[in-house]
Amino acid sequence: MGNDAVFRVDGLRKSFGHIEVLGGVSLDLHAGEVTVLMGANGAGKSTLVKIISGVYERGGGTMSLAGQDFALQDFAPKTPAEAIRAGVVTVHQNINDGVVADLDVATNLTLDRLSGSGAPTLFNPGRVRREAKAVADRMELTIDLKARISDLSLADRQMVAIARAMAHQPKVLILDEPTSSLSSAEADRLFALLDRLREQGVAILYISHRMSDIRRLADRIVSMRDGVISGVFDRKPLDYEGAVNAMLGRKIHLDRIVARNSARPVLTIEGLRIAEGSRPISLTLGDGEVVAITGLVGVGKTALAETLFGVRKPLSGTMVLNGKPYAPGSTGEAIAAGVFLVAKDRGENGIVGDFNIQENISLPFHKRMSRLGVLKRRIERATARRQIQELGIVCRSEKDEMSALSGGNQQKVMVARWMSQAARLFILDEPFQGVDISARRDIAAKLRASANGRATLLFVTELDEALETADRILVMSEQTIVGEHRNADIDLERLLAEVAGGPSQSAA
Amino acid sequence: MSSGWIEMAAARDLAIRYGFIVLLFGLIAYFAIAAGGFVSPQSAVFIFQSVAITGVLALGVTATLVVGGFDLSIGSVATSAMMAAAYVMVVLEQNAVVAVTACLAIGVIVGLINGWLIVYMRVPDLLATLGMMFLLVGLQRIPTEGRSIATGMTMPDGSVANGTFSAAFLALGRHRFDFFIPNLIPVSVVVLLVLAVLIWFFLEYTRFGRMMYAVGSNERAAELAGAPVKAYKIWAYVISGVFASIGGILLAARLGRGDIASGNNLLLDAVAAALIGYAVLGAAKPNAFGTAVGAVFVGVLLQGLTMMNAPYYTQDFIKGVVLVVALVFTFALSGRGKR
Repeated sequence: MGNDAVFRVDGLRKSFGHIEVLGGVSLDLHAGEVTVLMGANGAGKSTLVKIISGVYERGGGTMSLAGQDFALQDFAPKTPAEAIRAGVVTVHQNINDGVVADLDVATNLTLDRLSGSGAPTLFNPGRVRREAKAVADRMELTIDLKARISDLSLADRQMVAIARAMAHQPKVLILDEPTSSLSSAEADRLFALLDRLREQGVAILYISHRMSDIRRLADRIVSMRDGVISGVFDRKPLDYEGAVNAMLGRKIHLDRIVARNSARPVLTIEGLRIAEGSRPISLTLGDGEVVAITGLVGVGKTALAETLFGVRKPLSGTMVLNGKPYAPGSTGEAIAAGVFLVAKDRGENGIVGDFNIQENISLPFHKRMSRLGVLKRRIERATARRQIQELGIVCRSEKDEMSALSGGNQQKVMVARWMSQAARLFILDEPFQGVDISARRDIAAKLRASANGRATLLFVTELDEALETADRILVMSEQTIVGEHRNADIDLERLLAEVAGGPSQSAA
Repeated sequence: MSSGWIEMAAARDLAIRYGFIVLLFGLIAYFAIAAGGFVSPQSAVFIFQSVAITGVLALGVTATLVVGGFDLSIGSVATSAMMAAAYVMVVLEQNAVVAVTACLAIGVIVGLINGWLIVYMRVPDLLATLGMMFLLVGLQRIPTEGRSIATGMTMPDGSVANGTFSAAFLALGRHRFDFFIPNLIPVSVVVLLVLAVLIWFFLEYTRFGRMMYAVGSNERAAELAGAPVKAYKIWAYVISGVFASIGGILLAARLGRGDIASGNNLLLDAVAAALIGYAVLGAAKPNAFGTAVGAVFVGVLLQGLTMMNAPYYTQDFIKGVVLVVALVFTFALSGRGKR
């Protein structure tokens, strides 16, 4: 290994505006080897993939691909089609981007030949079926070629998308989180297929957060963080915890917080199950404490947050809030009970783009700010002004458009929205995503300073964020809580092992 | 270079904000000079009267635009309400109160069905209301086998319908209030003004209106802020249906019969007024004030052109030009493309 790189990225850079997303990435891919790329959200994985597959133009650095004589040649695709012709094929995260739902399997498998230059003008169904059969046989696909894609399961669609990609006989295959919507049995079929491709000598770059996938497939792990490669692991046995550590990062913080204990419970959860087949969750959150739940992407953090906020219903289990049974049927009921959620991905779930700062802050509390249905704008404006002051939101006035604010200030508005009224349980899902360091410090400090009178629960992927803000850290893996740590003299080795899951998992 | 650029941007802002209002007043000034008798109370009232029914429909469809939807069934709701009013009074020989109640009930029911189709059956808004439009256009013809309804008509079973439009109902279309000048302002204009103020106040100043805008801008965020999003959307279609049925009542009262062929232009004129409203004061979003101005704008234009003897068949073309220009104002110039 290591002597036969078929694809090489060297010093790759990319910026969007002033923000540098890739700060010099170097990476080799080898024939017949699965390289797993790990990285938290915003680490730059997608940008890297999009440059390699010809969607984005690179900002600097070089890429090279092995030619016929196995010598590396310059590779600079200007369009996705060019990358595919050169032998670099990408299967994107969204399965339906790779197939045409209304056509049958055979047509999908031969789609690229129908549209390329030199393709026959007339459509010959017999030839299409013969060619499709050849592609399917090579991939050992057992799907009915006459079936319509929209009638297939997600896994079968994925197989078709990959088979279609493989019809180009690529040297490099890139898969971006291919199992994120597959069941474990479906994923097994995908892995078997990838094993065959590996044997055929394809270099595979596999992007995933799922530790079980990574353990099953990886010959080599590359961790990415903040736009650079933060660790390469290729010595057997692979150091999975090291890879997670390199991806999440861990700096020693001198300004560690003083962890508090709480005696008065606000929320008690017993035997709560949020996914089919997962182990139940039990936990207690106390008045005045800040608890962070950490874990990789896709382990059920958002599902738990949404269950607490009444967006989805638990499969089983009970919740008690303020000593009373709590089973919210809607977000409105949760809010009425004093449970507030700052949802993750503010652009999608939080910001009302047509509203200014003031209107965004007052959004959930119109009823409390109106009489006979008529909004009292004086109170609305006073509330917004107070919150802008409290959180140090940088703006000209409370009438500013949201689009005029920086990411950090937008997030402060989202936090301000829910801090404008007193909560009993205050939940924040990835509150530091796309937030600069100073805004992050401001928000964390505000959360801690105002923590009395409520329980505060954060969901964060980045360990640093948990260490900086929380009194207590819980670890989530496979839709359940697997570890608990008081944020004082934490055993980080054990915590990382719990995040990575697997055999070394503690019995907590 | 930069100061010039800033001046350009400021000028563009002004154009977006006040362009349409300036255009409206410019138009009025032009017609005042070019067309004798254009500036008179009678002429003003005539303009308002000509846009009253489409204006009412446009205010209703504005509610659905606010929640990010659309209602193509308003025209057919109005004509169905007109046919129902005629049927109730002429065939069933009931009074005005029953007729009005029946019309409003049609508006509510159609609105609920539209909302249900869109929210629970997940039919896209344009398609659901398009289907409803076809359904109603057909349905309103069934009771009379496709004939218009008037006193003395022969029914399918051979009997003769002897009922009449009651005087009270006809007054809705024909009575005029004294306003400085005797017999000046028709009921339909009063209805338009009252409904315009009501829906404007509702959308701008109540928490329900505010939340409807939130639903239209970011449905998910509104839901996560505790709003019953589905209910808000259904209510928007009910408002639209009821306003359309009020338009139908006014139409029936003006015509005094259930005319199968009338009301063809209602949908397009109302939608045009609501979309022109986007451009008023640079709102770049549906709003009641803009809709009302949009309706008046179209009315002024057509009245002025008519008084200058422009042929009737150029009207639709001119309306189309105004609509396209207004949409360019809204979407291209303000750069806030939404819906």
